[in-house]
Amino acid sequence: MRRLLKNGSALFGLAILGTIVMLALLAPWIGRFDPIKQNPRESSRPPSADHLFGTDRFGRDVWARTVTGARLSLRTGIVAVAVSMAIGFVPGLVAGYRGGWIDALIGRGVDVMLAFPGILLSLAIVAALGPGLHNVQLAIGISLSPTFVRLVRGCVMAAKENTYVEAARAVGCSDAVVLGRHILVNILGPMTVMTTVALGWAMLIATSLNFLGMGVQPPTPEWGADLALGRDHMRTAWWISAFPGFFIMFTILAINLVGDGLRDATDPSLEIR
Amino acid sequence: MLSYISKRLLQAVPVLIGVSILVFLLIHLIPGDPVLVMLQGSPNVTPELIAEVRRNLGLDVPLPQQYLSYISRVIRGDLGKSIWTGQSVWREMQGQWPSTFELTVASMATAVVLGVTLGTLAAVRRGTWVDSTVMGISQLGVSIPLFWSGLILIFLFSLTLGWLPATGVGGWKRLLLPAFALATNYSAVIARMVRSSLLEVLSQDYIRTARAKGLAELQVTLHHALRNALIPAITIVGLQFGNLLGGTVVIETVFSRQGLGRLAYTAILAKDFPIVQGVVLVLVLVYVLLNVAVDLSYGLLDPRIRYD
Repeated sequence: MRRLLKNGSALFGLAILGTIVMLALLAPWIGRFDPIKQNPRESSRPPSADHLFGTDRFGRDVWARTVTGARLSLRTGIVAVAVSMAIGFVPGLVAGYRGGWIDALIGRGVDVMLAFPGILLSLAIVAALGPGLHNVQLAIGISLSPTFVRLVRGCVMAAKENTYVEAARAVGCSDAVVLGRHILVNILGPMTVMTTVALGWAMLIATSLNFLGMGVQPPTPEWGADLALGRDHMRTAWWISAFPGFFIMFTILAINLVGDGLRDATDPSLEIR
Repeated sequence: MLSYISKRLLQAVPVLIGVSILVFLLIHLIPGDPVLVMLQGSPNVTPELIAEVRRNLGLDVPLPQQYLSYISRVIRGDLGKSIWTGQSVWREMQGQWPSTFELTVASMATAVVLGVTLGTLAAVRRGTWVDSTVMGISQLGVSIPLFWSGLILIFLFSLTLGWLPATGVGGWKRLLLPAFALATNYSAVIARMVRSSLLEVLSQDYIRTARAKGLAELQVTLHHALRNALIPAITIVGLQFGNLLGGTVVIETVFSRQGLGRLAYTAILAKDFPIVQGVVLVLVLVYVLLNVAVDLSYGLLDPRIRYD
């Protein structure tokens, strides 16, 4: 933690992320307007003292929608990463610890999933399951899970060669105890880094799917979906898309900076360049 | 070399079989009756039509038999028929792939030129403001979603300055904005990789020897260091090409360009599953084969690598 706090970029990332999380938590109080209620008389108003980020073409306050949308956008990323960890953790653990045919089988499964380029696997799964927030979270969770399988497998394989693991086995510890008490500790560091990095990826994919109309449906406020709402009015009402767009960009930037900082802090062999 | 190529291609076969199973199973992931879901919203849905679509999709036989018939058709180049147009998926894709090919090649070229230039600049000016600026830009580059960079470019260069058209296909002017938008993420990733790899190479003994011989710094960097630094970067380029292919769905939609990505997107909205399956399968096949090609290219860049 001390090493992380000494890293200027990571601190900057933490500050942005902290601010966005605070805005999301305080959204009902600082939003000032109902993010869903339409007000045609206030349609497409530019930013002003009344409406900090202006209004969209339905007269809804863009600031209220952006801070409220932060809740959903962040939650989608977090749930998707949690799903991918839940799917990838056990196969990774088993493949790394057992090795042999089960490792080969899980490895081939991972290869198959990684053969889908970019957001294609998430897109294909959402296409089958149908649009909706839960399906987007599940699809992203499934498509990111091979990364966790590989990470956990690699960490377990490295950790199980340590002398203390051999010693634990020699004194009669069961596989469950060896895994739970001696090996899992070694996974926590890389898992934390990976979780942060994956959160950035998940948010990128989630906002893209929401932008394409595959996730949350109107009138729910969400950054990707709101950005799509304003794309046809960029010339006359740039603020409808611009503010959600910048919020997406700075949130992912912040997550990436924190992820890089965590990686540097947990990897003593990394030369600082 | 030939035996290595065959071995590498053979290694790709199980992956492709796995991919074909996953793509085949997509239609079975649909909650409820896939035929009813696909025909949802269409007028004149009769029991005869439902039975015909079911038969056309091969859904009227047991699952293993469905897969065997699917894979044997795919091997013969038959990817099925579009539910709505009745045309073969292959024909639907034929009109689209040149545009996607043009876009991905232009994007990759832009990403490589930008990434290698910026990465090299950052490495040779390590620790200076140039390095910090390049790394800052690349950090921003990997954080910006494709659809947002696309919209910013449309807003600036098309709507505000009026220099370039925002939509459509045809001519280099219509290609510039989408290619650049698609390249932003990947040039940033390549720049970071080239910088880190070049810094490692620049600390090697043979670079010191080249400098001691009195060679100009530019020659040392470009001729001696960059060539070796590019080997790890090539892997990233190969892997990133996959992301680029996936990214075409978003960019072709933002720029209203025709192409495989947009075809997949419209097919998803229309629940035209044979097209979705066909496009996904073809894009994955291209990606897998490209990674084999990347593997083989190492030998060209590094003579120490032998394929015996």
